[in-house]
Amino acid sequence: MAAARVRLPRPLILGGAILGVSMILAIFPSAFAPYDPIAFDYGALSQAPSLAHPFGTDNFGRDVLSRIIHAYRIDMQIAIFATVFAFVFGTIVGAVVGYVGGRTEALFGRLVDAIITFPFLVLVIAIVSVLGPGLINMYIAVSVVGWVFYARIIAAEIKVQKRLDYADAGRAMGYTHLRIIFRHLLPNAITPAVVYWMTDMALAILLGSSLGYLGLGAQPPAAEWGVQIADGKNFMTTAWWISVFPGIFIILTGLGFSLLGDGLAEVMRARK
Amino acid sequence: MPLSEFIARRLLQLIPTLIFILIVVFVLVRLLPGDPTSAILGDRGTDADIDRINRQLGIDRSIPVQFWLFVKSVFTADLGNSIVLKRPVTELIVQRLPVTVALTALAALIALCLAVPLAFVAALRRDQLADNAIRGGFQIGLSMPVFYLGLILLTVFGAKLHWFPVGGYGETFLDRLYHLILPATTLALSLSAVLMRNLRAAIIGVVDAEYVSFARAKGLAPRLILIRHVLRNALISTVTLFGLSIGTLLGGAVITETVFAIPGAGRLMIDSIYGRDYPVVQGLTLALAVLVSITFLLTDLLQAWLDPRVAR
Repeated sequence: MAAARVRLPRPLILGGAILGVSMILAIFPSAFAPYDPIAFDYGALSQAPSLAHPFGTDNFGRDVLSRIIHAYRIDMQIAIFATVFAFVFGTIVGAVVGYVGGRTEALFGRLVDAIITFPFLVLVIAIVSVLGPGLINMYIAVSVVGWVFYARIIAAEIKVQKRLDYADAGRAMGYTHLRIIFRHLLPNAITPAVVYWMTDMALAILLGSSLGYLGLGAQPPAAEWGVQIADGKNFMTTAWWISVFPGIFIILTGLGFSLLGDGLAEVMRARK
Repeated sequence: MPLSEFIARRLLQLIPTLIFILIVVFVLVRLLPGDPTSAILGDRGTDADIDRINRQLGIDRSIPVQFWLFVKSVFTADLGNSIVLKRPVTELIVQRLPVTVALTALAALIALCLAVPLAFVAALRRDQLADNAIRGGFQIGLSMPVFYLGLILLTVFGAKLHWFPVGGYGETFLDRLYHLILPATTLALSLSAVLMRNLRAAIIGVVDAEYVSFARAKGLAPRLILIRHVLRNALISTVTLFGLSIGTLLGGAVITETVFAIPGAGRLMIDSIYGRDYPVVQGLTLALAVLVSITFLLTDLLQAWLDPRVAR
């Protein structure tokens, strides 16, 4: 095992670095943010970027950089909480469905077809409108739909794995089906779902910030990138920095997740 | 299986999907906090309103009866009245949905026009500078939020350079098209990134196929080979992806319409959420979901036409 000297793919390193820094900022925002993200400062309204405020200040005098750093906490939370339930639940359901196969799988296929027909964002907006704005309701709405995609990926993988010799060996040893599925097949089937999870977290940040922009996600005055962009949207011609800088960080974080996903996929291909 | 049988079977598959859509929308309204009638009316309801909504929803009946009444009201195109706008929901949908369809269709067209040539350049110059630049650009496009891109394009090309109108929707056909170019481009970018990535991989897979080498050996013109043999086969998987992306595109249209103040179904949806105008939210969710399933059907048929093996 030690002989296999793995050269890590560059996307993996770059994506990992971006997300590592993101996590540190999300956990300790106050250690890095030079100013308070919420408190108004009427002496420094809508100031252009300068040495004191590298990304300028917004129309309430709040330091844009400090708000961006504090927003890491909410936006990384969105990435994780909006997807982790779907990942876990979808993996379990997909593993069982793929293993059982037959009519259960056919039925599941119909359910998937029906769910992906729904315009995802429209459904999430509709659910949030019913449950009320806010992040928790967004997590619920996203999870209700999102698990299907994981389940589909895992079911397809398990279908391949269960026909291999080691699965037969497990059955011959008299192991229970559950033990075969979760101890033996799943570890070999889970990588594509993890790769998809990375993409999904990037999408979750896009969705969360979109809802924040529309006023249906994180609520002001909380620092969240989408909320920040909405804060500055009426000042685009006079104080562009209020909206433009937070957007760059949405793109950067999304890029981090997709690079990490690409890198993982590369490692997976190399193993095969 | 002949094509007609494939179409018939595919139409049949639409039925469970439609039933599922109806159930979801039905459940959605029943999830409203409190009893649906007061949730729908808020404190604005007169006694007559409350009576009417109660009758409409059949609140006093059992759940299956309520569902039956709901299905009946959908099929008689009677989705109730908007509380805020005081007009039938069906009328609002008929009025606003075509705007959204136009925006989405134009965006899809722009996405294809961007994705196809760029995918060719990237695939044929694989791992060279052009390929890396195109892939890098689209990687960024993939992480770009629609509302952010819209805001920037609106500011630069609308407010600063005055090349395009600052939002809104025109009167004549050409004027409307002019108003839609900027929003449609906004909406198109991330879709074109998805399509480009897929198409590039598909072209790379097809270019080395034996039938392409054969066509080349026959001495066919390179351009003819690219269009008739490479593109047609590379498009098959992309068409599927394209169909699957229509739902996402419509979702993006909701946000784009809000950013550009376009009076479409998406804008109406957001306004209705703010105004707690639930009959409209319900009607629009239904209409958009049906629209997407019809698009799925059409892309399946298109795929069967491109690749007759699909229908078998």
